[in-house]
Amino acid sequence: MQSPQAVRKEAQHYRIQKVRGRAVDILYALFRYALVIGISFIIIYPLLMKFSIAFKDKTDIYNPTIYMIPVHFTLDNIRMAMQILDYFPLLGNTLLFVVVTTLLTTASCALAGYGFARFNFPGSSLLFALVILTLLVPTSTLMVPMYLHFRSFDILGIIHLITGKSGLNLLNTYWPSIITSATAIGLKAGLFIYIFRQFFKGMPKEIEEAALIDGAGGVKTFLRIMLPNAVSPMITVILFCFVWQYNDTFFTSLFMSELALMPTKVSSLAAQANALIPGMLGAGGGGSAVKADPNHVAMIIDTGILLAIIPLILLYLVVQRYFVESVERSGIIG
Amino acid sequence: MNGNKLSLQHKRSLLGIAFIAPWLLGFIFLFAAPLLRSIQFSFSKLTVDPSGFTLQGVGWANFNNALFVDASFNRVLTESVWDMVLNVPMILFFSLFSATLLNQKFRGRIVARAIFFLPVILASNAISAAEASGLINLVGDATAVNELGQSGSQYNVMSMVMILSEIGLPLSFVDYIVDAILRIYEIITSSGVQILIFLAALQSVPGAMYEVAKIEGATAYESFWKITFPLVSPLILTNVIYTIIDSFSGSAVTKMIFTTAFTTQNFGLSAAMSWIYTLIISIILVIVGYVLSKRVHYN
Repeated sequence: MQSPQAVRKEAQHYRIQKVRGRAVDILYALFRYALVIGISFIIIYPLLMKFSIAFKDKTDIYNPTIYMIPVHFTLDNIRMAMQILDYFPLLGNTLLFVVVTTLLTTASCALAGYGFARFNFPGSSLLFALVILTLLVPTSTLMVPMYLHFRSFDILGIIHLITGKSGLNLLNTYWPSIITSATAIGLKAGLFIYIFRQFFKGMPKEIEEAALIDGAGGVKTFLRIMLPNAVSPMITVILFCFVWQYNDTFFTSLFMSELALMPTKVSSLAAQANALIPGMLGAGGGGSAVKADPNHVAMIIDTGILLAIIPLILLYLVVQRYFVESVERSGIIG
Repeated sequence: MNGNKLSLQHKRSLLGIAFIAPWLLGFIFLFAAPLLRSIQFSFSKLTVDPSGFTLQGVGWANFNNALFVDASFNRVLTESVWDMVLNVPMILFFSLFSATLLNQKFRGRIVARAIFFLPVILASNAISAAEASGLINLVGDATAVNELGQSGSQYNVMSMVMILSEIGLPLSFVDYIVDAILRIYEIITSSGVQILIFLAALQSVPGAMYEVAKIEGATAYESFWKITFPLVSPLILTNVIYTIIDSFSGSAVTKMIFTTAFTTQNFGLSAAMSWIYTLIISIILVIVGYVLSKRVHYN
């Protein structure tokens, strides 16, 4: 039998240990919060700065006491940036372009992914290795031949036969991107094919066999059974394809430098702002002698960048919870 | 067997080829053909005329020019390859770290995740180009911006170096750490997708394993290295390759190849440059793939 004193001592010992454990937990939680908040701040800070600048009046530029929250609020910057970018037509145009290419890419990659996952035709594994190869070759290698190819576009000389000209000039039309996305060779399409293939490989074969016995052909099985089940990889592919297409400067500046698309417009924003701002401020007629205040130009550029990414941020707020879920389920990690 | 009718297996193969037909067409006409063309271009002098272009074979002259004549190609190439080599471990470390952080349960986790993945959608070359030009506009010219950036971030660096070398770390390692800290923004913004992939992998680790480890008396540290790390390790290879590929688009070499082709109109030289770049990248990929796949744990 233990004496009551010993029992009390033991109880105290346990209590101390419990308190110590809780203290460690709390310390760790605080440490974790400090880390998470710190990293989040680094990520969000540029965005906050842009918001602050967008609503800041010109008179506040040279006021050193202002941090983040402007004294004089104004919508002038936004109005000017919208005017320079020709915002709403530009946005509509860009969104239409991005949605079309995204849908085409998703469709063609889903087809190819299913083809690679379920059919054993001669050379299928070699062809799939080539899919991975398309990912690994830097796009700059293909740049010049692709450019010349679309400059005088021709399929096996058919157009040359019909019109007598040496191919069509597709530069500065939407066709180069539409063609590359419809043939699953566009922006990072190899990755999307890989995602679809992994997912379709993971689906039970019995479903398809049942469909086959019930008389559904291969195409019908794909459309009616496989695709409706492939929602999560589709969301992943659509999300990433949309975002990458929206942000892509490489192909747009290569093939469509003169079209009104968000990436090309935004990257040339500085030059345009410099040229247009003096006129907008009513200094017209001064010609090249009048130069815009560089600080003011920088403000307009920041506002323009904000305007360009706001649609993406809004989209992200709506779909962000699918981001993690879809990657988990799409089988990238399988 | 009936001679007119195809066997079931034959039919299946044809159907499979039909499914991949769009990709196959694209691959042959928009990938393989340009790739071969590009090799051809790199050995010739290309002149563009209104109806198309003419080629004139020049042998190895373009490669010779790129490597030994062109003033800046070597420097830009080594710099961006070196940058990539430095960035990959940092991005990997940071993304695995953040993924484990985000995988824990705490209040506000959903908000934190949303913020951590924000760089995935905001990492745009267009935006960084516009930002850089805005800054150049503000300060005067590009060299001034570079110097400004350096002096702006140099604050406190010396004291940090002193502390670290006082501890007794080798100087090259100190350099690396300081470099990582100075580049923290770049690293954070380019590790969005990698965090996503690691997080997905972490969530697929069965929770029962941790319970067993805890009952057996393993600390959190031990269970990370003995359970989490081996199970996540296949994804390390994926992430390394992804990071390397991702570095193509923004690298200075790509920009240089672009301007050589479309500003200076020297298409042959540009093709030669891009092939040198491709070869170096593929050598790195092969080495990394070989070394890592030997150490990766597959279940």
